[in-house]
Amino acid sequence: MTIDELLKPFEFEFFRNGLYVATIAGALCGVVGCYVVLRNMSYIGHGLSHSIFGGYAVAGLAGVNLFLGAGIWGVVTALAVGGIVRRRPIGSDAAIGVVTTASFALGLALVQLYGSPGRNADALLFGNVLGVTTSDVFLIIGVALATGLVIFFFYRPLLFTTFDSQVAAATGVRTAWIDALLMVVLSATVLATMNVMGVTLIAATLVVPAVVARMLTDSFGKMLGLSAVIGAASGFIGMNASYHLDVASGPTIVLVSASFFIVAYVAGGSLRRRAGAVGHAH
Amino acid sequence: MTGPLSVGGAEGLIVSERLTVNYDGGPSVLIDVDLTVEPGDLIGIVGPSGSGKSTLLRALLGTVSPVSGSVRRVAGLSVGLVPQVETIDWNFPVTVAECVGMARARGLRTPWITRRERSEITDVLERLGLHDLGGRHIRDLSGGQQQRVFLARALFTNAQVIFLDEPTSGLDVRTRHDVLHLLDDLNEEGLTIVLTTHDLNGIAAHLPTIVCLNRSVIGAGSPDEVLVPEVLERTYGSPMEVLEHGGMRVVVDAPIERNVTPLRRRDVAADRLDGQGGTTA
Repeated sequence: MTIDELLKPFEFEFFRNGLYVATIAGALCGVVGCYVVLRNMSYIGHGLSHSIFGGYAVAGLAGVNLFLGAGIWGVVTALAVGGIVRRRPIGSDAAIGVVTTASFALGLALVQLYGSPGRNADALLFGNVLGVTTSDVFLIIGVALATGLVIFFFYRPLLFTTFDSQVAAATGVRTAWIDALLMVVLSATVLATMNVMGVTLIAATLVVPAVVARMLTDSFGKMLGLSAVIGAASGFIGMNASYHLDVASGPTIVLVSASFFIVAYVAGGSLRRRAGAVGHAH
Repeated sequence: MTGPLSVGGAEGLIVSERLTVNYDGGPSVLIDVDLTVEPGDLIGIVGPSGSGKSTLLRALLGTVSPVSGSVRRVAGLSVGLVPQVETIDWNFPVTVAECVGMARARGLRTPWITRRERSEITDVLERLGLHDLGGRHIRDLSGGQQQRVFLARALFTNAQVIFLDEPTSGLDVRTRHDVLHLLDDLNEEGLTIVLTTHDLNGIAAHLPTIVCLNRSVIGAGSPDEVLVPEVLERTYGSPMEVLEHGGMRVVVDAPIERNVTPLRRRDVAADRLDGQGGTTA
């Protein structure tokens, strides 16, 4: 493949838009995913994206702005999951399973009965780079900037609450408020990423970069940075691969990040073996 | 010393009065607990499993609400909590310095540890014998060092009162002594400390004040006042004896009464009876 062939897709505006969104979304999901993974809530990304699909259908039927309606729906769902876990002896995975699948089922039923509002429902389910518009680029930039500000100003309470919620609460951190803030950020992230990744694969962009980064470092700060870089690289490489292989963007991005996982897993194992051998030698 | 007692007077940093707590309307975990924590106290709360020790800590910290009674804290009181090591996620990616630094999480702060904070963290780690370990992952430390990291985190909040939930759980004898001496030194410097412990001889007997808890306060005072068979039996629901050794009180289980047939012998006797006169189905 020549350089010209590699650069060819950059001539198309739709591709450039898709590339911007995929790369920024990868970094954004990488950062937010660290909190999701470390809170043992990996299923929330999967559930929340499905739930937002329900909100999208309801908003379309109600005739309100689709993005706003779906966003509010996502936040309410996430808060409902948090509330159920806090008030009843139910694990977060079970609460996510009940609330978000019910919302997804509602969305599917409404789309079947009244048709898909706005965008094609298939595009939302599986991702469609052709559907990415300039406004989507601005949306993801806005969400990424807002998320960056939240993490900048609330880095320590977010870390403390994620690591040791009870002690954080005991020492005066408003943990319920911090949990709610994270859910709002997560909902906005999922909503802004749905166009490229699709509902069905969005969980992987949240979970895989964070897991790879965790395997590479024992420091939380470094994990955040590494996860953002791995997510952005997965988005960038995956979008290019998507064009050249003529495969949907969502699956190629996930496959690229999965290959990062395999490399980190294998390399991590051999590094540990080497460290063990050195330890024995001493 | 048979009735519910309180420690200290009516004024203190934290005062609980007739504190009663339950979870979701269930049976009361704490009943009418009166306790006053005064500046400079070093209090050990002892009692059997399920006696409400951890719940009392949480109620004093304000993370559990009473169903009746009250807990009053001095306005602006800064508290720190050292959790049970069993509750820590040791795979969480956090270095010693990050773990200590996260404690200052209230108000607007930079994500990174500032130069001044770094210097303070170095000081507190040195004070607790953890110098040069700031870059280590918390899992890569010994049990005593891990305990001290969380103590350092509590101290880094500039806490006036520090609560420790089973601080010597799982530690060997020497490390337990180190932790106890460290707490004693910190208390000498003016820090108020409240801890829970299962360890009557290794920890509680060395503390100036002990509270025996079994849902309500059974006894409170110095080891000489509280470590007596009557209070211990009421607290633990089992006969206990107290011996004097080197000027210290040592609590031991009371010997099993001779007229109680050991289980194995009883089973053998029952088998013999079955073999002699019993019918088989």
